[in-house]
Amino acid sequence: MESVDLIYRGIFILVIFGITLLIATYSTYFERKIAAFIQDRVGPNRAGPFGLLQPLADAGKLFFKEEFIPAKANKALFIIGPGIAMLVAGMSSAVIPFGDMLLVGGREIWLQAIEVNIGVLYVFGIVSLGVYGLMIGGWASNNKFSLLGAIRAASQNISYELAMGLSLIAVIMMTGSLSLREIAEQQQGFNWNIWYQPLGFILFLVCAFAETNRTPFDLPESEAELIGGYHTEYGSMKLGMYLFAEYINIFVVSAVMSTLYFGAYNFPFMENLRSAISDPVLANNVVTIVGVAVMFAKIFAFIFFFMWVRWTLPRFRYDQLMKLGWQILIPLAILNVVLTGGAILLKDYLF
Amino acid sequence: MEPLSNRSKKVQKREMTFAERAYLPAIAQGLGITLKHFFKKKATINYPEQTRERSDIWRGLHVLKRDENGAERCTACGLCAVACPAEAITMIAGERKAGEEHLYREEKYAVTYEVNMLRCIFCGLCEEACPKAAIFLQDDKLAPARYERDEFIYGKDRLVEPLKTTETK
Repeated sequence: MESVDLIYRGIFILVIFGITLLIATYSTYFERKIAAFIQDRVGPNRAGPFGLLQPLADAGKLFFKEEFIPAKANKALFIIGPGIAMLVAGMSSAVIPFGDMLLVGGREIWLQAIEVNIGVLYVFGIVSLGVYGLMIGGWASNNKFSLLGAIRAASQNISYELAMGLSLIAVIMMTGSLSLREIAEQQQGFNWNIWYQPLGFILFLVCAFAETNRTPFDLPESEAELIGGYHTEYGSMKLGMYLFAEYINIFVVSAVMSTLYFGAYNFPFMENLRSAISDPVLANNVVTIVGVAVMFAKIFAFIFFFMWVRWTLPRFRYDQLMKLGWQILIPLAILNVVLTGGAILLKDYLF
Repeated sequence: MEPLSNRSKKVQKREMTFAERAYLPAIAQGLGITLKHFFKKKATINYPEQTRERSDIWRGLHVLKRDENGAERCTACGLCAVACPAEAITMIAGERKAGEEHLYREEKYAVTYEVNMLRCIFCGLCEEACPKAAIFLQDDKLAPARYERDEFIYGKDRLVEPLKTTETK
C-alpha cells in the first residue's frame, strides 16, 4: 500500500470516528426531542436555537461532576468497564461501506475504512465483545443491582446473538460472501435484500433491539426494577461513556441493517442518473455522493425507528424475553434458512 | 345472586387468534398511535415567552391603590387583616401629620403594610372587606418564585401602586 493510501485511510478513519461520535451526541438530543414530541411536549429548547446545544451542555455537566468510585468496588475494573464499552462501540464502524468509490485526480477512493472479506464476522465479533464492558462494570461495582443488570445483559446478548446470526446466514447464503462491500454491491439499484428476506429482516431487527439493550428489551438497565442496572454506581463521564456507547451501538446496528437489507448506498434509478451525465468521472462521483446521502438517510431512519419504538412499547418481562428468543426467534430463523436454501436450489433447478 | 342492573356481561376467555399471538399487528397499531401524537399540536406553554390565558376575575398579586390625587387610599383600619383566613396581612397604623395631605387620603394611614405571599391563599376576601377600595388582587401579575423566604414578605414598597400609573387603571 502506498503512503498516500495510508494517509487517506488515516484521515477517513478519523472522519468516520468523528461522524460516529457526532451522531451519538446528537442521538441524545433527538432521543429527548422525539420522546417529547410523542408525548405532546416540546423537549429541550433552552440551550441554543431549538436546544441544539443541549448535548454540549449535558457533556459539560457530566465532565464537571464528581469522579465517584464506591469504596468496596474493584477500582481498576470499575474504570476499565466503560472504557471497553466505548472502545468496542467505536471500533465496529470500521468495515461498513458508507459509499461507493470516488474518482479524484485519477485515483480511486473507496468510502470504507477497511475492506475485509469477513466484514460481517468482524462486526459481530466486535459487537459481542461489547457485553464485556457491561459485565465488567456491573461486577466491579460490587452492588446487587449492578450485578443483576450485568447478568441480564450477558444472558440476553448471548441468547439473541444466536437468532441474529441465524437470520444473517440466510443473507450470506444468498450473496455467497461475508464482505459487507460485496453484499452492498449485489443490491444494485432497487434490488434490495429486504424483498427476498422479509422474515429474516424482522428477526434481525428484533435481535438488534435486544443486542443494543433498547426498549422493549432494555432489561439490563431497567430503571424501575434495577435502579439502573449495570450502571447504578456510575456517575460523571463514566456513566456518559456507557450511554454514549449505547448510542454508538444503535448507529452501527442501523448502518449494518441498511447495508444487509436495505441496499446500503444503492438507490432506485441509480443507473439512470449515471447515464444521464455524459462525463463518466463526474457521473461516478455524483452517484457516489448521492449514495452516501442515501446511506445516511437510511441510517437516520433506523435510528428514528429505534427511538420511536422506545416510546411506544413497554418493557418485556425477563421470562418473556427468554421465551421469545429461544422458542420463537431461533426456530423461525432456522425455518428462514431452510426456506432460503430451498428457494436457491429451486432457482438453480428452474433456470 | 340476582343482578342489580342487567348491564353485566359474561366474560369469556377465548383463544387468541394468530394475528394477536404474532404481536406484530398490535405493535404496528401502537406505532401508528405514537406517530399520530408525534405530529399533534403540543400542549406546552413556553412560560417566560408565553403565558397562560387568565380569566378576567383571576386573583393575582395584591396592589394598594391610590386615589385620583395620588394619595394612598388605605387607612389601616385592619379589616383586611381580620378578614384574611390565612393571616397573611399585618400592618402598623400611624397618624397623618400636617403637610402630608397629598400622600394619604385620611387622617390615619398604614406606616407598614405587609402581605406574606407564602401564607396568602389569594382568596380575595381582603378585597371584599376593604371599605376604602384600597386593596385589590391584580389579574395580570403573580408572585414570582424566589430563593429566600424573607423575599416573599411584600412591604409597601412593592404593594403600593406607582404614582404614574394612577391614571391608566
